[in-house]
Amino acid sequence: MDILIYGTINSISLALMALGFALVYGISRVPNFSHGALYVITGFIAWSLLRTLGLNYLFSIILSIIAIGLVGALIYQFVLIRVRGMAISEIIASYAIGLAILEGLRWGGFKGTTYTLPVFIEGSITIGGIPVDFHRLLVVAIGAAVVTFLWLFTHYTRIGLALRGMAQDERAALMLGIDSDFMAIVAMASGAMLAGLAGIVLLPLGNIVVEKGYDVLIQAIAVCIVGGLGSWMGAVLAAFLIGFAQILTVVYLGTHFQMVVALLAIILTLILRPSGLFGRQKELEERV
Amino acid sequence: MEQRRKERIDRGIKVRTDGLYAVMSWRELSYLTLPRVVLIAGLLILPLVMPSMYWQRVISIVCIYSLLAISFDLLAHFVGLVSLGGALFIGVGGYLSAIMNTSFGFPPLLAIPIATLVGAGICTVLLLPCLPLRGVYFAIVSLMYPLAMTRVIEALDILGGTDGIMGIDSFPNRWIEQYFVILMVLLFLFGVRRLVNLDLGLVLRAVKDNDQAVRASGMSITFYKAVAVFISSAMGCLGGASIVHIYMWSGMSLFALDFSILPIAATVIGGAGTLVGPVLGCLILVPVSELLREFGTLRIVFYSVILVAFIVFRSEGIMVYGQRKYHQIERWVKV
Repeated sequence: MDILIYGTINSISLALMALGFALVYGISRVPNFSHGALYVITGFIAWSLLRTLGLNYLFSIILSIIAIGLVGALIYQFVLIRVRGMAISEIIASYAIGLAILEGLRWGGFKGTTYTLPVFIEGSITIGGIPVDFHRLLVVAIGAAVVTFLWLFTHYTRIGLALRGMAQDERAALMLGIDSDFMAIVAMASGAMLAGLAGIVLLPLGNIVVEKGYDVLIQAIAVCIVGGLGSWMGAVLAAFLIGFAQILTVVYLGTHFQMVVALLAIILTLILRPSGLFGRQKELEERV
Repeated sequence: MEQRRKERIDRGIKVRTDGLYAVMSWRELSYLTLPRVVLIAGLLILPLVMPSMYWQRVISIVCIYSLLAISFDLLAHFVGLVSLGGALFIGVGGYLSAIMNTSFGFPPLLAIPIATLVGAGICTVLLLPCLPLRGVYFAIVSLMYPLAMTRVIEALDILGGTDGIMGIDSFPNRWIEQYFVILMVLLFLFGVRRLVNLDLGLVLRAVKDNDQAVRASGMSITFYKAVAVFISSAMGCLGGASIVHIYMWSGMSLFALDFSILPIAATVIGGAGTLVGPVLGCLILVPVSELLREFGTLRIVFYSVILVAFIVFRSEGIMVYGQRKYHQIERWVKV
């Protein structure tokens, strides 16, 4: 029973972490290696707004998510747009930005146990004999809400439809009058905001530490690869697969193996089904 | 209004030295060999002119980073595989050499070659799953391995755990240490330059530019990529194996990020795809990073910012710029 409950919570957390990466990659085909850095820095922005400036918690959350969206848009506008289409440069540039943010934070002294965000709601509830705190339940609710919102957004709004058009065929989308650079900026900004939202929602469960940036990046990538790069629903499904696998290994082997699960999942997927569970659409392009 | 444009013309001496006739004149011969001689002689003299033991040690570190940077350049710009995990090669080579030295008692000069070959084999097998695929998979998987390796070592408490392996033999003396790594850099630099112009290099470049054409010619892309990964991970493992004997210690910091990011920065700054450029980049970046040692992880920020700036605004790098100035004259002409 506890495996079921914590597995679900872990899976939803993974889905939250991965959606931003999947969105950016799916639309602009830019692998955003600074994803983990954006996740962590949002936590620090919210922390500074809350603790240093003494703002209201809800207000500082909203402000920090907007700020990270801007950061994402700026990264795209000033760096990634210039190297778009050059695979080597795209990877190196986004990786370097992520490293700069994370290691800059580490140098700035943002480490240790002082940096924690408060949980949204205190207290816990017992489900089937297992105590679960309200915050974790809230994670599940927010995760489900984000997935639903994304689905509705990409199916029923003009911008969302344009984003999907870009993801499917960029040239055809250009011909139909969709501004591909603007759409890519929107995608990058919303990807960054998703990363930030995931950070805000998940970071109160522990300390804000720089190392989490790398973990989150790797787990997000693992989820995206298993689900098929660029497929959002695949990512959600893969999050459940990896989430339960991780909880099972934690229960039976130990916490250190969480990362190994992600790595093994990637390797196995690449060997058995390189385009992932749902990556059919771009299969021909990626397999040599 | 009068409009002007910049015109670039090859120097006469460059054209004359293209053919076999170059050997008929000392002037042309020296034009051809001067850059190479400067590099080789410079590297060989460097340990002699360094003021202190500390800076001599820095030369060895420069050479190890150069090996890694050449391996990055070979993979990224001749085969099209972007490796974000140079630390994997360093770590595998380093730990293997450390184990062979401490557990089996091999002397360093025997342990290093064995660690190089075995380590290259291990790295190739580890990276094999992503080789049949195009796109970002290689970058992702190579990024993950060094991070995962540290976790595995920590979790299983193998290979000395968080303390690392101590009591590793050093090189017989510091001159052997320095000239060993310098000679290895020169050997691999000119070896790889030769390699990319051989038939094998042609196939590798074809894999980068048009893999379907390679496949249509009846050649296995995976096999050729594996060959390239083997060669470049051998360079990385050689560097790792040397570094444990230089520091006489092998630990989890062999999988540290510096080994992944600095070679990339050096390659981009030095000139991507030139093979000499990465060495030049290391000669600039590593001493600078030694000077910045007190700033800790700010150094990584520093490389990353330089890297982004170069990749966005000056993607040609120092070496390509230098080659242009050496071979061509520029002048303004009327349109």
